[in-house]
Amino acid sequence: METNKSLDPRVQRLNIGAQNGEANIETHLVTWEVFHQEKKGKQAVHVGIVHASSPELALVYAKEVYGRRGKTTNLWVVKTSDIFTFTPEDEDVFNTAPEKLYREAGYYKVRDRIEAFQKRNKETA
Amino acid sequence: MYGNAYISPEEAKQMQSQQDDPKQLALFEARVAKGEKVEPGDWMPTDYRKQLIRMIEQHAHSEIVGALPEGTWITRAPNFRRKLALIAKVQDEIGHGQLLYSAAETLGKTREQMLADLLSGKSKYSNVFNYPAKTWADIAVIGFLVDGAAIVNQVINSKGSYGPYCRALERICYEESFHLKQGHDNFVYLATGTPQQRNMLQEALNRWYRPLLHFFGPSDKASQHSEKLMKWRVKLASNDDMRNQFLDQYVPKILELDLTLPDPNLKKNDAGIWEFSDPDWDEFKRVINGDGPCNAERLAVRRYAEEAGRWVRNALMRKEEKYVVPLA
Ligand SMILES: [Fe+2]
Ligand SMILES: [Fe+2]
Repeated sequence: METNKSLDPRVQRLNIGAQNGEANIETHLVTWEVFHQEKKGKQAVHVGIVHASSPELALVYAKEVYGRRGKTTNLWVVKTSDIFTFTPEDEDVFNTAPEKLYREAGYYKVRDRIEAFQKRNKETA
Repeated sequence: MYGNAYISPEEAKQMQSQQDDPKQLALFEARVAKGEKVEPGDWMPTDYRKQLIRMIEQHAHSEIVGALPEGTWITRAPNFRRKLALIAKVQDEIGHGQLLYSAAETLGKTREQMLADLLSGKSKYSNVFNYPAKTWADIAVIGFLVDGAAIVNQVINSKGSYGPYCRALERICYEESFHLKQGHDNFVYLATGTPQQRNMLQEALNRWYRPLLHFFGPSDKASQHSEKLMKWRVKLASNDDMRNQFLDQYVPKILELDLTLPDPNLKKNDAGIWEFSDPDWDEFKRVINGDGPCNAERLAVRRYAEEAGRWVRNALMRKEEKYVVPLA
């Protein structure tokens, strides 16, 4: 490449000649899952990952990648390997059976009963 | 900035030969047809994974290489406000690269491996970034029209089936709207300025017209490969449809400023479809295969960054750390 033909003065100053094309894939860093808290009192929400060698650096990168815009009160980072999840095959353990309605607030309706009771009372009075 | 994956015909042929368990495949296709999102740990067809890695990886490369033509003008932005906006935009593009590499990584290819494939030429990035930004007006055209084209593509892709890619794209599209607005502002400012400014803009527009038509890739309607990708919601619109949507949205915004486009055959026909002269698809192929005006410089700069930063990465490495594929 004829570097002195670059339109970018910064590239020109670097005077980059022949670099060898091999990237060193040994330097792949571990990933951290990033949780973003928008406001005090709100939950921290998972937003993505960063690559870093330490939690301190992970926080610095998380701030750059996920806190560049909008409001941020705090960020959490957790090493991906420290997170445990169900496997996709276990998805069915979350299927709530229909007979479990007794666990739902909406199942309990007494208004009709109260009204019938009051009507009956009035009639006998 | 952008991503419209380019697949050579040979690669497409190779992909059609992959075989998957038909039962699993049927379940998968039913889920996707219902509009369900696919998450990293889920079963997926081999080609689905392959094609997504290729597509998201190309998109990520396009973001970080795409920062280079615009970066050319950071040192010479005409005023402080434009300089701030351009720095912010270029930083966003690198951030988009980070988000996309992460999304691709959930499919099982490491970021380092992707960067290695970029440098070796094994994996591609958008052709449009192999053209130079000759003047400040090129920055206006890039910010307005290249980002505009990228948004058409990215909004469509964000409705796809792969969860991590969709989530990355939603975040990206939000930031792209700033890129587009500042680009349009810059564009309008030059278009309504002195005759010299208008002239500079018109010349830049003439230079970018063809690369912009190339942006969405050659016509791909008829291919069997596209059909499968559409069914899996990896691809959501044909290249021609996206190109047409782009022309429909942006040509009027160029013409209203009394600027012209260098193509006497560019017009919308009675069916509402834009027609244009053949934009020389041989040139497209030449450039994507390495023979464009800036390919060598773009890769040399990336390589320099890789080499110059290596000692830092080596110093940071903790060999005892166990790498696992990110979750989402
Ligand atoms: Fe971008
Ligand atoms: Fe952009």
